[in-house]
Amino acid sequence: MNITEILFWFLTALALGGSLMMVFSKNPVYSVLWLIVVFFAISGHYILLNAQFLAIVNIIVYAGAIMVLFLFVIMLMNLNADNEPQKNKWLKIAGVIAGGCLMLVLVSAILRTEGLKEQTLSLSGSTGLIKQLGKTLFTDYVLPFEISSVLFLSAMVGAVVIGKKED
Amino acid sequence: MPINYYIILAIALFSIGVAGVLTRRNAIIIFMCIELMLNAVNLLLVAFSKMHYGVAVTGIPETTAGVEAQLFVFFIMVVAAAEVSVGLAIIVMMYRNIHSVDVNFLNRLKH
Repeated sequence: MNITEILFWFLTALALGGSLMMVFSKNPVYSVLWLIVVFFAISGHYILLNAQFLAIVNIIVYAGAIMVLFLFVIMLMNLNADNEPQKNKWLKIAGVIAGGCLMLVLVSAILRTEGLKEQTLSLSGSTGLIKQLGKTLFTDYVLPFEISSVLFLSAMVGAVVIGKKED
Repeated sequence: MPINYYIILAIALFSIGVAGVLTRRNAIIIFMCIELMLNAVNLLLVAFSKMHYGVAVTGIPETTAGVEAQLFVFFIMVVAAAEVSVGLAIIVMMYRNIHSVDVNFLNRLKH
């Protein structure tokens, strides 16, 4: 077992444990903090796959901006106390069983796929570096890039309009 | 590294997100589970991109195969950021109207 496999299993355990803790913790603030742990683990996976640009963007956008937005909303609503009513126990059990069944079906379909087992991925190569990605982004994909700026503008206007007080 | 490891990791993360959406009643936590599902798909796209690169690099050493998948992940992150801003605005408005973020109270569109 070399260092890459040790890192892979460590990051996998971190991601899975963090996501389970995120779903099952009572306090929403703890959920946000566990989700940040999951995002850092996924960024570690990106670095392991030699996709440095996406790793940095993942940390900046998700763990930096989006999670801070979540924390602000939770603290604005004063939700740190656990006030979620525990009504239906069977509904929860049914939800967990449904998620487990989805995972079972997908995993068995993947494991029975012919020709997928011998496929490996190369952890080297320069496709994930900023130089390659930037060159492709600003030549072939420059129109979607500009359209996404319009999308951001409309999202900003929409958020302000929705969040405005009625009276 | 076999591609199956990454596929099964992404499936596990996605299923945990689905189970969270189905079990939790807090709108903010449901929203965070949706973010988790988006990230599982992103991880799978990057893994397939590196698999595609590994296949292509044996023929052409100077290949740029797999760049498109990573750009798709970049655009998914852009769309997710826009979605979060609008979604959190909707949750704040919902809290202002019914003083709760429990989705059980949202079973009718008009109050």
